[in-house]
Amino acid sequence: MTPTFIETKELRPLMKELHSKGMDFLRDLIGIDWGEEGLGVIYMLENSSTGENLQYAVRCADREKPQIPTVCDIWKVAELYEREVYDFFGIEFTGHPDLRRLYLRNDWVGHPLRKDYDESEALNPIRLESEITEDVQRPYEIAEDAEMAKIDKETNIIHGDQYIINIGPQHPATHGVLRFRLALDGEEIRKIDIRCGYIHRGIEKMSEKLTYPQILALTDRLDYLSAHQNRHALCMCIEKAMGLEITERTQYIRTIMDELQRIDSHLLFLSCAAMDLGAITTFIYGFRDREKILDIFEEVTGGRLIQNYNTIGGVQADITPGFAQKVKEYCRYQRDKIKEYNDVFTNNVITRKRMIGVGRLSLADAISYGCTGGTGRASGWACDVRKRHPYALYDKVDFKEIIYKNGDCYDRFLVRIDEILESIHIIEQLIDNIPEGDYKVKTKPIIRLPEGQFSASVEGSRGEFGVFIESRGDKSPYRLKFRPMGLPLVASMHKILKGAKIADLIAIGATLDYVIPDIDR
Amino acid sequence: MFSFNNITTAIDEFLNSVLPAQGALIVECVLVALCAVLAYVTLAIVMIFMERKVCAAFQCRLGPMRVGYWGLLQVFADVFKMLIKEIISINRSDRVLYNLAPYLVVMSSVLTFSCLPFASGLQVLDFNIGVFFIMAASSFGVLGILLAGWSSNNKYSMIGAVRSGAQMISYELSIGLCILVVVILSGTMQISELVDMQRSGWFIFRGHIPAFIAFIIYLIAGNAETNRAPFDLPEAESELTAGFHTEYSGMHFGFFYVAEFMNLFIVAGIASTLFLGGWAPLYITGLDAFNNIMDYIPGIVWFLGKTFFVIWLLMWVRWTFPRMRIDHVVSLEWKYLIPIGLVNLLIMTLCVVMGWTF
Repeated sequence: MTPTFIETKELRPLMKELHSKGMDFLRDLIGIDWGEEGLGVIYMLENSSTGENLQYAVRCADREKPQIPTVCDIWKVAELYEREVYDFFGIEFTGHPDLRRLYLRNDWVGHPLRKDYDESEALNPIRLESEITEDVQRPYEIAEDAEMAKIDKETNIIHGDQYIINIGPQHPATHGVLRFRLALDGEEIRKIDIRCGYIHRGIEKMSEKLTYPQILALTDRLDYLSAHQNRHALCMCIEKAMGLEITERTQYIRTIMDELQRIDSHLLFLSCAAMDLGAITTFIYGFRDREKILDIFEEVTGGRLIQNYNTIGGVQADITPGFAQKVKEYCRYQRDKIKEYNDVFTNNVITRKRMIGVGRLSLADAISYGCTGGTGRASGWACDVRKRHPYALYDKVDFKEIIYKNGDCYDRFLVRIDEILESIHIIEQLIDNIPEGDYKVKTKPIIRLPEGQFSASVEGSRGEFGVFIESRGDKSPYRLKFRPMGLPLVASMHKILKGAKIADLIAIGATLDYVIPDIDR
Repeated sequence: MFSFNNITTAIDEFLNSVLPAQGALIVECVLVALCAVLAYVTLAIVMIFMERKVCAAFQCRLGPMRVGYWGLLQVFADVFKMLIKEIISINRSDRVLYNLAPYLVVMSSVLTFSCLPFASGLQVLDFNIGVFFIMAASSFGVLGILLAGWSSNNKYSMIGAVRSGAQMISYELSIGLCILVVVILSGTMQISELVDMQRSGWFIFRGHIPAFIAFIIYLIAGNAETNRAPFDLPEAESELTAGFHTEYSGMHFGFFYVAEFMNLFIVAGIASTLFLGGWAPLYITGLDAFNNIMDYIPGIVWFLGKTFFVIWLLMWVRWTFPRMRIDHVVSLEWKYLIPIGLVNLLIMTLCVVMGWTF
């Protein structure tokens, strides 16, 4: 799908109109440097009820001080997306309430994803002193005639006289290096400031210099708990662009592996949620069972966490002879164990008290923040890509989309538990019918994509994982963008956390189920 | 029944015969202190090992297996590691209070520990208001925790300490009410007498329903007093990294750690003394042969057996439940446990007045 170009002036009226017409889900907001033609942004919109997709793009010819009006009041998730684009392309979003860099340090020179970015180390040496925490936000006036506004006043994000506490970057409950700055009133949270970028590796920037098969190695390192799905999405996107038909057998293997990965991820979710709430025994139970999936992965792919299994045109190696038997045994085993988790943790009175009614995310907010995956479905949003835009074999198998209504921590937890069962159900339908055939289609040694823009998305373990490629006909992409699953989830914490307690932050963080390398990329 | 009084009296007489009265007293004090601390440390090591193995059993694991046969030397290795670690001092912390806090915690726990009647005559402190002393001594441990959190110059510690203060002071009340139930039932506050009275029947049986309720409330409140899951909010490692002892290292951390374990032992010990008869054996009226056999089991075995049973109960809880939230903890205490405790006290008083106890 190619985006429709519109004028900067038209952007806000059009977007507002589209939003009121039901295009309420901003799937992704992609910054691109089109070189001579200027810098720009692609907006990928979707109608959350009909699944209709639209793409619009705006371009700003001024490379010195590119400015585009913000849409973060229309789709709340745009607040972080726009900060990302500002960080990487230097596009200033007028009207954005808090335009700071999202990933890089405040004292970083230049905007790295621009094509004219100066990579010399003299500009950005390895800085040995700590970053000074920037505590100001710079609101821009929204000028309807697109006359660019200036920084007119500076407001503190967090005031010095508040009791400020850091959760992270090194903290047991953030599951990685994410940092929340909390302003507390006693135990209650008054304000939260999210700081990402502690594990940012610039995968999108790196990809622009790598060939397509080389890029594949990076996807497993995004969200390591949806390694298969991530790579599936990228392979699917490249195959779609090349017009490559993959075999039925590959489709079966990919679908089964995706679902195994989902169970793996949800088991880890369950374990870590229990751990965060202090139930260490359940944590061990979850890891005990997850080990069995990892063993299957190890046998088939050679890797446990980073599997490098999907390749362009198929999968790296055929499944092993005992694979089907092992998976079936595992499915039977796992079904029984779910009851154990429920007995010891899910139905525990303390768990219920800590989760029910805590961290409620309404349906409208879930869509506005773009919280896909289990989090969205817990709020009642049927956002499963497997149902919305079926890929691989998902239109052939029978499975339920698990949807809960309340959108609180408990529902987010239950969604995942039920999805484990649903995934087992999908695997059991497929495992006996894997057709004979090639596991891989032969491709040319050097893969070039035709000119154009291509995108694909899959249902990752914690939401919609999208790939966007702009190709200029080369061996490597002109621009590659991954839609993070975790960034919208973290963005929604602003909303959920108001008035919650520190202990709730942990429960909310655990049940939102974000993975930091996927947020930071 | 065998009483340790014979041994202690013999030692006392011997010392008095070779030393002047003052000297004998000093030597006795030193000996007693040494024995108490040794017992304290030994039990701590046993408890840590037990915790690891019990926890492993609940989690379908083996626990430590490598150091020594069946991991028996693991705890010694840990203690050794702890001893050789540097005690770090923190910038802009309140030096005096920061260094004092762990000793306060340990002191309160050792003081309480010395009141436990391990067997007939095997007890350091025994006087007419022993129960009262236990409550007083155990409750100044919270002071150490508050000071630790306050003086560390760390916000996590501070929140942990404040939580701990709110929690421990609240649950002290429930413990007091439960102990009062037993005091009303027995009519004495002297610990040795309390145990002696239970030789004819444990209080949990003699006081039937109110005693049983008091026992349950005591276990819940005792668990909260020792800051163990589901009441481990002051530490809450997934929220506050390590709560009030975040900034402590080496043996100073070790003191908190040991004190926590020993407080568990003390809570269990008091539970077994007050409700399960302490070192008094189990007698069943009418079965004289059985009762005679029971008499052959030494009192110390009875006491430790009951205590470790209660400890095991508390560990079971610890490794099963998730952590509570601070407002739930406080509301559980003030809205449920205290009203129930008060009513229970009333019932017990009624029972005693009407003679409805055994």
